[in-house]
Amino acid sequence: MAKNPEFGNRNTVPNSFSQTFTMLKYSFLEYIRSRRFFVLLIIAVAVGAILTGVMGYFRPQGSFASPLAFYSDWWGESGTFMIILSAIFFGGDAISGEFQNKTGYFIVGNPIRRSAIYVGKWLAALTASLAILAVFALMTIGNGVYYFGASGLPYQFVESLLFSVLYMVSALGLTFFFSAMFKSSTVAILTTVILLLFVFSLVQTLVAGLAHVQPWFIITYGAQIIGNVLMNPYPSPVTTRGFTSASGGGTGGLALTTYNATIPQGITILLVYFAVTIIAGLVMFERKEFT
Amino acid sequence: MTGHTLQAANLSKEYGHFTALSKLNLKLEGSKCIGFLGPNGAGKTTTLKIFTDMIRPTSGEAFINGINVHFDKKKALASVGTLIETPEIYGSLTAREALSMIAEIKGIPKSVVKKSILKVIERVKMKEWLDKKIKNMSKGMKQRINIAAAILGNPDVIILDEPTSGLDPRGMSEVRSIIKDLKRENRLIFMSSHLLSEVSEICDEVAMIDHGKLLAYGPIGEVVSKFSHDGAGEVEVSVLRPVGAAVLKRIRGIGGVGSVKRVDGRTFTVRTSGGIKEQEALLSRLVKMKIGVIGFKPSSSALEETYLSVFKETV
Ligand SMILES: Nc1ncnc2c1ncn2[C@@H]1O[C@H](COP(=O)(O)OP(=O)(O)OP(=O)(O)O)[C@@H](O)[C@H]1O
Ligand SMILES: [Mg+2]
Repeated sequence: MAKNPEFGNRNTVPNSFSQTFTMLKYSFLEYIRSRRFFVLLIIAVAVGAILTGVMGYFRPQGSFASPLAFYSDWWGESGTFMIILSAIFFGGDAISGEFQNKTGYFIVGNPIRRSAIYVGKWLAALTASLAILAVFALMTIGNGVYYFGASGLPYQFVESLLFSVLYMVSALGLTFFFSAMFKSSTVAILTTVILLLFVFSLVQTLVAGLAHVQPWFIITYGAQIIGNVLMNPYPSPVTTRGFTSASGGGTGGLALTTYNATIPQGITILLVYFAVTIIAGLVMFERKEFT
Repeated sequence: MTGHTLQAANLSKEYGHFTALSKLNLKLEGSKCIGFLGPNGAGKTTTLKIFTDMIRPTSGEAFINGINVHFDKKKALASVGTLIETPEIYGSLTAREALSMIAEIKGIPKSVVKKSILKVIERVKMKEWLDKKIKNMSKGMKQRINIAAAILGNPDVIILDEPTSGLDPRGMSEVRSIIKDLKRENRLIFMSSHLLSEVSEICDEVAMIDHGKLLAYGPIGEVVSKFSHDGAGEVEVSVLRPVGAAVLKRIRGIGGVGSVKRVDGRTFTVRTSGGIKEQEALLSRLVKMKIGVIGFKPSSSALEETYLSVFKETV
């Protein structure tokens, strides 16, 4: 085989690890040059700018009660929102697009395992998402430092950032899973949007509030640790509020239960979601036919 | 370096109840070009997709150089260049980046990647587009990049699915010469095509498939003579002055002539039993008859005639 000067032969095909890196490199290039990345960046900056404006102009008392409260109001909700948005933008059609747009045809006919393609693309989506998240986090920290100084940065915010990264990992596993399930990008994206933005929170409310069951099987429930860790004190695991009817009859009242995942529970939920979805997604992609 | 093989062993593919490929057995070996012919929906792409593990066979196996493609795709495709249907490429990458990606996947050493890319991009005449984004390219330009990607790294085996589709006439001719060059470099090339002139120009052998079944396989000449009614070709003769029945009868009497049919007053076709030599002899006899021969050409290419007789209907 040494006769072949370019060594395109069986002895020199790189191992799957470096092929995964190749996929990461070029998918990342594709991601950051895409209009999506730009749009998401604009959204992150816009949300950051709005929050900056609101904080600076209205100076809400609650937010300025303590550095922790400030970071909580800044990051607690909007950080999670940015994560979900990134997961949908970068993962929603990551795999289905390879089928629907036929970009997969350019790659799969080469000596590369499909798992290297899947994992490489997933890492690229994660890198792009973390870049967006970093921009938003820097805006958060910038504001916090402006008002409270660098020493005012609570350790809880660092924890929250770490949980955010974990949620990003987990949410991308989930969106990749659905993108591997459907060949149509529209269906894949729609499914993840509906699940992440509506269904999960609805089920969570119903299961917790009415059925009084801890929604441990829902990813967004686990992700609440991102906001919860910024609260002082950390919300109690179960709160039940009873609403008795005005006429005074003690029975027949409605009891609403709220659950809050503890940090170990939250981490476990996110990790399990990641492990299950990444493996299931990979298996589906391995079996899927390019027809 | 000899002995590259592509082998389909009892290859079948079903889509639900529809059989796209039915027990295909085919072994291609050596350094040559094999044209893969068949009507739309015959199962050509299906076969080539199985050879690249894009789809799995329902039963049977596909081997490249003796390695089962589905069980060890990476090893089987280690020195194979493929182009199936018309792939799209990440639009925001430049041609250079897209080819670099493939070069890295194939494992072309860093030191020669640049040179290899330059070589293939020159071969497909897209050098000025090397640093332009794929999304700004026309369909044919993208197909040229696809071809460049397939031949990148000088693969030993090349699998092409209608490689010239979407190309302009010059592009088609350029790709034909690329494939002819590759053939000279000791490659095994398996190529589906609807262009019989293309296949007869660059291929040594043909495999004919319809309804998922292999109908013929062998060197082009062999397949042609096997499927023509009398192992012969047909020429069309045009003359200056209308010819009468007596003249046609005299022509029928020439040795090697099978049948003579009048097309119109000044045109008739002659079937000859032999090959090019007999046709040459026939022409000189006709000229000597002083009937005013002004045209003498194969009525249609031999391969086309064979194609038409093998595939009685389309789809
Ligand atoms: N995903 C699919 N589901 C059902 N049937 C399919 C699918 N893909 C292909 N087929 C059928 O399999 C048959 C073979 O298709 P194939 O693409 O191999 O044909 P082909 O010989 O390449 O034709 P063409 O010359 O048009 O490219 C066709 O009848 C087609 O309808
Ligand atoms: Mg086809």
